[in-house]
Amino acid sequence: MARYLAGRIAGLALILFMVCLFTYLIFFQLSPDPAVMICGKTCTPERIVQIRTILGLDEPFLSQFRDFLVGLFAGRDYGSGANLIHCPAPCLGYSFQTSQSVWEMIVDRLPVSATVAVGAAVLWLLAGIGAGLLSAVKEGTWWDRTLMGLALGGASIPNYVLALSLQYVLVVHLQILPFPSAVAFSDGPVLWFQSYLMPWVVLATGYACLYARLTRANVIDTLAENFMRTARAKGLSPVLTMRRHALRPALTPITTIFGMDFAALLGGALITETVFGLNGVGKMAADSIAKNDQPVIMAVTLLAATFVVVGNVVVDLVYTGLDPRVRIR
Amino acid sequence: MTTAAPSRDAKAGPEAGATGAPASAGRRIAGALLHDWAAVLSTGFLILVVLMAICAPLITAITGYGPSDFDAAAVDSDLGGLPRGAFGGVSAEHWLGVEPQNGRDILARIMYGARVSFLIAFSATVLTTLLGVVFGMLAGFYQGWADQVISRVMDFLMAFPSLIFMIAILSSLPAGNRSVLLVVVISVFGWPYLARVVRGQTMTLVNREFVEAARASGAGAGALVFKEILPNLRSSLIVMTTLAVPGYIGTEAGLSFLGVGVTPPTPSWGQMIASSVNWYAVDPMYFAVPGLFLFLTVLSLTVLGDRIRAATDAGEAS
Repeated sequence: MARYLAGRIAGLALILFMVCLFTYLIFFQLSPDPAVMICGKTCTPERIVQIRTILGLDEPFLSQFRDFLVGLFAGRDYGSGANLIHCPAPCLGYSFQTSQSVWEMIVDRLPVSATVAVGAAVLWLLAGIGAGLLSAVKEGTWWDRTLMGLALGGASIPNYVLALSLQYVLVVHLQILPFPSAVAFSDGPVLWFQSYLMPWVVLATGYACLYARLTRANVIDTLAENFMRTARAKGLSPVLTMRRHALRPALTPITTIFGMDFAALLGGALITETVFGLNGVGKMAADSIAKNDQPVIMAVTLLAATFVVVGNVVVDLVYTGLDPRVRIR
Repeated sequence: MTTAAPSRDAKAGPEAGATGAPASAGRRIAGALLHDWAAVLSTGFLILVVLMAICAPLITAITGYGPSDFDAAAVDSDLGGLPRGAFGGVSAEHWLGVEPQNGRDILARIMYGARVSFLIAFSATVLTTLLGVVFGMLAGFYQGWADQVISRVMDFLMAFPSLIFMIAILSSLPAGNRSVLLVVVISVFGWPYLARVVRGQTMTLVNREFVEAARASGAGAGALVFKEILPNLRSSLIVMTTLAVPGYIGTEAGLSFLGVGVTPPTPSWGQMIASSVNWYAVDPMYFAVPGLFLFLTVLSLTVLGDRIRAATDAGEAS
């Protein structure tokens, strides 16, 4: 177990290192000179040179990258003497646009993204698994066909189209919901709920449809197993066979997919947050890309990759707990 | 189809492997689809959209309005450029209405947008399938270090937050040919999902009796891969690619919606939806038309892929 974990963590570190290197290479080497952008409109060649020195852009690529990695774990200093700026440990640099610490920007915006992700996850798990179970139990009936038809439709609608349609109907036309915004829970639970409701629904729809189809397929497969026939033969009620014998094997694979989807979402739901103007990590990514704010792009990519990779390991560990047939070697 | 083919392969040698079973499987799937109204309807809609895309120059010649022709007479400058007439300016000249402000014909832009969308999605599908099959089979067939390297590269690519990365790459790379760039970026991040499945299936196929029999009768690696393994991957490849196309259409539209995909003046559905955001409260048709086309296209492709899979699964079970 310990050896397995060590191996997984080493692999995880390697992948994150590669992501880091690749992202750094692309955004700092291939895109326009950040010093020129920071400098702005009233700019002198001396000022550009100065900025390049402070940021370490005049150094060769590998030592820049080394500085970035060191900064990530130990913090780093920009400039020298009176201009010295110390960036404490997890140092992701400063935004070229706002001069804010990128780490603080992420910490500020993560709660909004987490709220969106958690709310949507609750919604899609309830709706998706519920619909999938109902379809599987009533396989071949009107219920099954309707729900699966809806699931195909819901999976096909691009989330920004759904977002704009809902916004048109509910906010502009019927005026029963306010325009979504990142309202804090302390500003009133009702307003908070109303503001996040549409983002949750929009984000959850695609996943719910996918999960409904997966749940249905898994439950139908499980119901055909021999142990289910045994359970029914020994006289267990249908509800009890379902709850005690069918649900666990049918839903275990769903946890794997859920873990990965949820981890990916924590890194920001880019389109949903942008469409609704929610100030989360996803919108920060979109904004930073539009303004070519490299430290922020770098940080968001790294953050999202970390969530995905760590999520992957966590899912595998949880899976071995849920399904004893999977043995760790 | 796999259950019948192997035994025959084992007896008759590699030559007989590819013939017989697939043709009848194709006919059976087509037959099953013809009896399914949803599949027929989806196919009908897709044929319509493809025809619209192919005949775009012809139809715009008939209506007289190209995708970039401004029509000042169709919009009301006193109302800030809102289209004249009901439903976003639907008229005999503009069958699906006009864009607010500049009066470009929506039908023409939809048709030319479909060209771009389909071209990008199909090219991306071909490229991903090619990459996925080649690398997946290499990893699954040779295993060992080839598998190690390819699997690590796949892990690495799948760990990337692909949407953020696609947007970032597309926005930082110089303009150039956006469509080619989109295809490359989508494919680079797309192939591991296909390769993973191909790898797994190849690994199990390699150990099957009919492959061993072919190997024992002196077939080289090339013959094993192309005559024994690839034909058996066919049905899952068909299913995966048909389900990939709607995904890529959605991705292209999404990237164009976010402003990093196809750039003006080339029309694209995602771009049309993005520009309709500021107008949808006063001119909902401008949003509804590209939105519906995008939704129905993705839906049709998804339904079709789903039904093909169901038909293939039913065939394998029987």
